[in-house]
Amino acid sequence: MTTPSGVTLEDQIAQWRGYLHRRRAIDGRDVEELEGHLRDQMAALTTAGLAGDEAFLVAVKRIGSLDALSREFAREHSERLWKQLVIAEDDAGGSSSPVRAETIVVFGLAMAAAVAIKVPELFGIHYIGGGMPFYARNGSLFVLPFLVVYFAWKRRLSVAACAALAAPFTIAIVFANIYPFVSQGSTQALTALHLPIALWLVVGFAYTGGRWFVGSGRMNFVRFSGELFIYYVLIALGGGVLTAFTMMMFNSIGMNAQWFAQGWLVPCGAMGAVIVGSWLVEAKQNVIENMAPVLTRLFTPLFTIILLVFLATVAWTGSAIGIEREVLISFDLLLVAVVGLVLYAVSARDPQAPPDFFDRLQLLLVISALAVDALTLTAIASRISEFGFTPNRVAALGENVILLVNLLWSGWLYVQFLRGGKPFAALERWQTSYLPIYSAWATIVVIVFPPLFAFT
Amino acid sequence: MDFGKDLVAASATPLVLAILAERDSYGYAIIKRVTELSGGHLQWTDGMLYPVLHRLERQGLVAAKWGTSDTGRRRKYYRITRDGRTQLAAQRQRWKVVDETLHAIWMKTSTA
Repeated sequence: MTTPSGVTLEDQIAQWRGYLHRRRAIDGRDVEELEGHLRDQMAALTTAGLAGDEAFLVAVKRIGSLDALSREFAREHSERLWKQLVIAEDDAGGSSSPVRAETIVVFGLAMAAAVAIKVPELFGIHYIGGGMPFYARNGSLFVLPFLVVYFAWKRRLSVAACAALAAPFTIAIVFANIYPFVSQGSTQALTALHLPIALWLVVGFAYTGGRWFVGSGRMNFVRFSGELFIYYVLIALGGGVLTAFTMMMFNSIGMNAQWFAQGWLVPCGAMGAVIVGSWLVEAKQNVIENMAPVLTRLFTPLFTIILLVFLATVAWTGSAIGIEREVLISFDLLLVAVVGLVLYAVSARDPQAPPDFFDRLQLLLVISALAVDALTLTAIASRISEFGFTPNRVAALGENVILLVNLLWSGWLYVQFLRGGKPFAALERWQTSYLPIYSAWATIVVIVFPPLFAFT
Repeated sequence: MDFGKDLVAASATPLVLAILAERDSYGYAIIKRVTELSGGHLQWTDGMLYPVLHRLERQGLVAAKWGTSDTGRRRKYYRITRDGRTQLAAQRQRWKVVDETLHAIWMKTSTA
């Protein structure tokens, strides 16, 4: 049956069904029920002598306006307006085997990571009793390979690509373990801190399916990293509550569950959570709004205000930034936070949109961070000239320079963008191109620093 | 005849329950029955019946089951529950009071 315009009746019904599907308050089964009603109505009207398309029009009219209908459904099914994370395919989807396969792979890998962290125990390396430095240096090596395997599986990487991804991990295992670190030394702590940063780039390669340089893969990896961080913190909070209850309950019957919590629950959970968190981020991409950009919007103004107030206070009182090690590291972290804010603001921005107030605010944030960084650099420089080089100072200095260069050029690109000289994409390109620098520096710290500073 | 939203909403529950008390039914047939019983005077916007049915289902007054229609399509059938019958009886009492009250006053005023 066709209408004069050549569109078949079934097409029209399918189109109407499509409109219904787009209403969040009306779910698949309701659509089916309403379609059944529409067809019953049409059948009755056709029997009464109407042509097919006339019957369709009348039946649609009788069902009522979609806006009003979806409002009524929303009133009855308000829970549907809260997007739910349901990791299953639609009813209409049919075969659910890919989803199930992924679930099995993910939990298998999470279990593997959880078991891996316990393997060294078999060789007599315990957290309590001298093994802690080993775990600190190797921590990321127990979980990131499994994460890479997950993405390699998900993105169907070639064997050659997998081999290329395995190489950095082999190198990492070597350099995390061959050096004769002095116990309690700084270089060992620096290795523990920098190895995950170096290896995160490898995860990035796997995440982008080996196509790091193609299209928006890198920016998606940035988004993924931010979301994973937020998920991980949430899972860790839940894990903390679980741990506390475990201890409390066993305490109440006179048993000390600390060995279980410390030896199993926390380390195994911390490893498995990375895999499960990554999977959740992958699965929920199109379900829940991304959090990282929201937090960026929230905290950019606050950070800007605090930085400006701080600068004003320094200028007013004339006090210099203290030169204790912790202070310098915290200022590095402050710059990391500012670069993160810029990065996530970039990740969430439509590159085509014209400059707006938020862009100006970002520029102000960058400029005030640069000013604070200038003060920090002066402090670090004076500390080095006064007391000489130590691994921590050089590492802090290197990171500071890297972040400074990033912010300087970002600031310049922001200025050009606000003046209309350059498109926003230039800033995005700058930020994504800069990502490997962080890992490169971390690699230098891991490989070069220990021998350079005699493993102290 | 325009009944206004409130009156339609208020009368929908007892009507649907009463129709389901006659026999198990489904959306389109319920609408048809309403039109039939009211002699065509009571015309609902068809779609609006479904949120009502879903509400009654949530309240446990009706139960739903997917079955197959004569044409082989899947169709959701509703039947009244024990709670639904209790509710229907209570509603009936209330409407009777309203009806009798209106009736009483209209008998007086509309004798003209």
